[in-house]
Amino acid sequence: MIDFDPSTFGLAHTYQKEDKDEINTLALPSAPQVIYRTLNGPTQVNGGNKLTNFKHGTTTLGFVFKEGILLAVDSRASMGSFLSSEQVRKVIEINEYLLGTMAGGAADCQYWLAYLANHCRTYELKNGSKLSVAAASKFLQGILIGYRNSGLSMGCMIAGTDTTGQHLYYIDNDGMRLKGDIFSVGSGSTYAYGVLDNHYRYDLSLNEAVELGIRAIYHATHRDTASGGVVRVYHIHKDGWTKVHDGIDVVDLHYQFAQQKGLVGDGDEAKQRLF
Amino acid sequence: MSYDTALTVFSPDGQLFQVEYAMEAVKRGLCCVGVRGKDAIILGVEKKSASRLQDVKTIKKVYQLDHNLCMTFSGLNADARILANQTRLQCQQYKIYYEDDPSVDYIAKFTSQQQQKFTQRGGARPYGISTLIAGFSNNKPKLFQTDPSGACSEWKATSLGKSAKQVKDFLEKHWREGLHEKDALLLTTKALMDVVESGNKNIELCVIRKNECWFLNENEVEELTKITAQLQ
Repeated sequence: MIDFDPSTFGLAHTYQKEDKDEINTLALPSAPQVIYRTLNGPTQVNGGNKLTNFKHGTTTLGFVFKEGILLAVDSRASMGSFLSSEQVRKVIEINEYLLGTMAGGAADCQYWLAYLANHCRTYELKNGSKLSVAAASKFLQGILIGYRNSGLSMGCMIAGTDTTGQHLYYIDNDGMRLKGDIFSVGSGSTYAYGVLDNHYRYDLSLNEAVELGIRAIYHATHRDTASGGVVRVYHIHKDGWTKVHDGIDVVDLHYQFAQQKGLVGDGDEAKQRLF
Repeated sequence: MSYDTALTVFSPDGQLFQVEYAMEAVKRGLCCVGVRGKDAIILGVEKKSASRLQDVKTIKKVYQLDHNLCMTFSGLNADARILANQTRLQCQQYKIYYEDDPSVDYIAKFTSQQQQKFTQRGGARPYGISTLIAGFSNNKPKLFQTDPSGACSEWKATSLGKSAKQVKDFLEKHWREGLHEKDALLLTTKALMDVVESGNKNIELCVIRKNECWFLNENEVEELTKITAQLQ
């Protein structure tokens, strides 16, 4: 944005420079710190540059329903085949009315969502009103477009509440921004979509929605090796967000769901009952 | 030593003379009026033709900044054009960054920030205009005034320029909360007609509604002045 530039003080400054640069030029969103293009080209082609070839090992999901928005995430972080953590917090609390989910490179997501939080706060103080979810997500998209082909890896969802209601956006490192009702991001997203698309209805109650989110993450962690750990669930409503579950172990969930199906022990008991 | 020839020099009693002189230029400018109603804001401004040969209707003194945001001014015509173009650009730039329309507060603050910039640098003079910026934010009508010093304030109804005091007294007596568009329009026209040289060609009016701006054309202004004259 056009900010006051201290270097334009003093007699050495002439009006011409100011005129050409600021007054007649539409300043497009750009990366806050300009970095020069690498000679290696885009990182996603043919496995890419080894240094920036992160695995998108995660499952995150979010959906809009009548009570607001539900976000559910797993908590596994992997570095190739090495499990680095089972307790990662993949929902980033940007501020009291905005949440972001993390998929892809953890550092990238954490940093740029913190940057977004900083910007939202500054805007709120300067202008006396909060940034809308659309505006915050658009701002993040502007930054990521500036870093296109520089090796950022982010597939995050921005979900929040503002004066127009609760909204869910998907933003990724290519600079794509989509508004939608159901999103799932990460290596386990296909499994989560299977469960979500099967049972999603707009008029779910809060309990049903939480149950659906947990179930979808569980199924993803069951089949995808890069997802696992615990399930964390957040609910966004008109007054902000609430943490519904801080961490339900997916291993516990596995036996819980099995029991609901009548399977106990190693499952052979069910077979024997038939005969 | 004279403290008024350079902009970046305070006088011993704490005044920036160049800024004060800029405000003098505004005080000698043609009159403009802004009235905030319940569902619309009216901006009215006096136009003066240099001679009979000039086509007054091609002088546009109310600038449209966005689809529901307008600005008018008192003071130097050319300065207003530059400031309006910068503000128009800023409206679009806000949309590229944030997707939403900028609020009137934001645009008024931006305009006053631009005006303040030029009270603090060498080699340039302050803008010789005070502006009235009108638009809707959160479905509420808002009217802002900025001046050459960079101050920005919100108003219910105000006037700038040559006969500002006379018009403001009139507005203080007759403005009330919750005016409908038609009443606000009549009030603005009456206020202007008291101070403008006779002739409808000398008035430009604009109605800012929630989603659009209506610039009254020559015939509409003529009709309005006739109705207002009858309502004496």
